[in-house]
Amino acid sequence: MKPFDIVEHTADVSIKAYGRDLKELFRNSALGMFNILADLEGITTSMELEIKVVAPDTEELLVEWLDELLYNFYTKHIIFSSFDIIEFSDNNLVAKVKGRFVGENKNRLKTEIKAATRHNLKIMKRDSLYEVRIIFDI
Amino acid sequence: MGGVWHGPLERVDDYRWKIPQTYLPGMRVPGIIYADNKLIEDIKRDNAPQQVANAACLPGIVRHSLAMPDIHWGYGLPIGGVVATDIEAGGVITPGGVGFDINCGVRIIRTDLKEEEVRRRLDPLVVELYNAVPAGVGSKGNLKLKTKEETKILTKGAAWAVERGYGAPEDLDHTEERGSMEGADPSSVSERAYERGLNQSGTLGSGNHFIEVQAVDEIYNTEAASHFGLDKGSVTVMIHTGSRGFGHQICTDYSKEMVLSMPKYDIKMPDRQLACVPVKSPEGKEYISAMKCAANYAWNNRQCLMHIVREVFERVFGTSYSKLGMELIWDVAHNIAKFEHYEIDGEKKFLCVHRKGATRAFGPGNPELPGDFAEFGQPVIIPGDMGRNSYILLGTKKSEEEAFGSTCHGAGRRMSRKAAMHQKGRHTLLNELQAKGIKVMAASRGTIAEEAPYAYKDVNEIVDVVHNAGISKKVCRMRPVGVIKG
Repeated sequence: MKPFDIVEHTADVSIKAYGRDLKELFRNSALGMFNILADLEGITTSMELEIKVVAPDTEELLVEWLDELLYNFYTKHIIFSSFDIIEFSDNNLVAKVKGRFVGENKNRLKTEIKAATRHNLKIMKRDSLYEVRIIFDI
Repeated sequence: MGGVWHGPLERVDDYRWKIPQTYLPGMRVPGIIYADNKLIEDIKRDNAPQQVANAACLPGIVRHSLAMPDIHWGYGLPIGGVVATDIEAGGVITPGGVGFDINCGVRIIRTDLKEEEVRRRLDPLVVELYNAVPAGVGSKGNLKLKTKEETKILTKGAAWAVERGYGAPEDLDHTEERGSMEGADPSSVSERAYERGLNQSGTLGSGNHFIEVQAVDEIYNTEAASHFGLDKGSVTVMIHTGSRGFGHQICTDYSKEMVLSMPKYDIKMPDRQLACVPVKSPEGKEYISAMKCAANYAWNNRQCLMHIVREVFERVFGTSYSKLGMELIWDVAHNIAKFEHYEIDGEKKFLCVHRKGATRAFGPGNPELPGDFAEFGQPVIIPGDMGRNSYILLGTKKSEEEAFGSTCHGAGRRMSRKAAMHQKGRHTLLNELQAKGIKVMAASRGTIAEEAPYAYKDVNEIVDVVHNAGISKKVCRMRPVGVIKG
């Protein structure tokens, strides 16, 4: 199973993320998003952060999770590349995320993402695989 | 995703197409798309009409869900969408009808310089602009602000910069809303938005945001052009940017808030990105206040960038910007919600007009216009891609009657960034542009190939539609000479 596909449309970019369970789907969604933001090839991690998100349903939780990571990227200037979800339910998530400061990795930055959108966002289950398409405003 | 539009499109006249109200259950009004025979085919390939239909479901929407000819598939409202809701009749406001880049917009500055003079110093000019303007992903500005100062920007807008000597008071006369919307209460702004905005004042950003040195190459309305101080060969400078991370965070915060609040008002929308609440509700008022803060932040941002541009010109041409005649012609917002009066079916109504990738286009005599523009109408600035043209248009009475005083905002993409990158590499493109006399520099990896001219619709075709439809009128056309991309 590949973790995600990056799908481009006219003005925006989206990812199609996959996972054998929701935890993996959320992890791969984050990985896909940071692959749009930066070149993660061979990047190592040097610091860790704990992230907590609460939302009324799973789809909202996914948007909140990605927005939380974006907020941390822009304000703490960290390129995240490792996402370990340690607690997960339909409306609650706790994760340990690892990354590197932008600083000397500035040349890895690719595309500015303004936000994850809720447009046509629906988590689906096909056979035993979860799938979701998330559109980003870039 | 977008897909292709298979729904109905009925021809209204040469430049308008209608999506009947019966197309989608829940549509409260029909959809109307401005396009000619050619552009409508591009539009259908994109399924953006579905988003026009979705927006027609917004509670309190009046007359039509509109789309301009540069419409393309977005999220929530399409880019190029205009919807107005009746405030007194429970009309709603939706952050998805404004967009994440609140008050993304354009300003254009005239100069006394002629193209030949600028060409002689084009290399140092473009390099100096590139070095002076903070640009690229998450770019930080040179204005180191304390939170208290940032709060002032949110209420004062462009006047904050002018008070600090970054420009002249006349600049404000030629800025939509005089560069500051009233009713911006900083307490409606989250800590997070402050944080994201704090070091981004005076930055360009990335993607399609740009600073462009241009030459006027065609005049359509001599009287208006000469009023703006423009002649064939005159050099202008255009600045395209918005409210940066500050606005993005406000839209993020309030999109979430509206999803939670919608059930309270018994509102259901076909798309969560169109989550909305009544304009008069506490949540609506709070978003509007925060949106105004972001709008003011953006006007200040463009004012600060204009100051940087003027300083660069001063250095390169060795004289003051006022001696170079660098006056602001006009500044427009093209991602915003405004509160305006219109006559609907013979009744005067107070409307919340969402313009997402659309420009206000008030006609002659509109009381909102400064005295020196009253007889002409409001200048409308239409940026194109970096290889073709940009325009100055004028708003019209017909636009006020037919399109809630709105018109198009630019070329609109027709190709994804990835598809554009596969067409030609950065070096080939730069050489081609150079051969056309256009010098380009970009801060972010990939921007040049992604922003290639062929990735956009031809702005000339878009402008022809709004001109022929009468919702704005051509004044003059520019072509790029030097371009700084984010």
